[in-house]
Amino acid sequence: MTIFVSLITGLIFGLGLIVAGMTDPAKVLAFLDLAGSWDPSLALVMGGAIPVSAVAFLLAGKRGTSFLGQAVQLPETRRIDRRLVVGSMLFGIGWGLAGICPGPALTLLGFGTWKAVIFVAAMLVGMFLFEMLERRLRRK
Amino acid sequence: MMIDWDSFTPVSALAGGATIGLAAAILLLANGRIAGISGIVGGLMRNKSGDISWRAAFVIGLVAAPILYRAFATLPQSRIDASWPVLILAGLLVGFGTRLGSGCTSGHGVCGISRLSPRSILATLTFMGFGFATVYIVRHLFAY
Repeated sequence: MTIFVSLITGLIFGLGLIVAGMTDPAKVLAFLDLAGSWDPSLALVMGGAIPVSAVAFLLAGKRGTSFLGQAVQLPETRRIDRRLVVGSMLFGIGWGLAGICPGPALTLLGFGTWKAVIFVAAMLVGMFLFEMLERRLRRK
Repeated sequence: MMIDWDSFTPVSALAGGATIGLAAAILLLANGRIAGISGIVGGLMRNKSGDISWRAAFVIGLVAAPILYRAFATLPQSRIDASWPVLILAGLLVGFGTRLGSGCTSGHGVCGISRLSPRSILATLTFMGFGFATVYIVRHLFAY
């Protein structure tokens, strides 16, 4: 059942990205281009998403277990460290170069464009490099 | 700053955003998991038993969304201007950076801010700031 829920939520999430305009990298870049002719639409995507999910987080935080009896798994780290900041910087640069973040990258695969395949392949390599680095650091 | 009112799509942006929020809400309330895409995908590389299938199912849903959409309506415009070398560099940075920083637009930007996590608020300000700066440098300083 949890696997079915994952599939359906993935679908709903992807449909949301399409409707919101997040699967148009040109539009994403127009949002990030403050000095050009700025398209503020994408600020409203977060504005639409946050209130809805905030209610869920309030509820889930009170219950502690999910409706399907799973543990609610929230990140416990509270430390603000160099990893968080440097990682977000690198992500921001990559996002600004192509206008694609991880969710839309995967949904763009379903649009059937080669450029999306290239981006996702490079993104997976980037994630894999991180895993390798992480394993190495842990061994030390 | 000049606002491009012709391209401004407030209704679909809000509606799409609310739909994204709904998906995150269902995944959390039903499965107890956070809808952070980079974390969901990255977890697939860790091979922890019993932890793979829900992640794979979510990714399949994300990829299948435009195929389902196309069955009922014409997909909205989607234009990728970046050249292949730029796409490769950008993809590497996005993949590595989101894993190092423990999240992306969904995990930090939507879920993290929803629960007022200071880490996520800082991460979101950082990647948005660097996104704005990168576009400024590429488009206006180098006039690419």
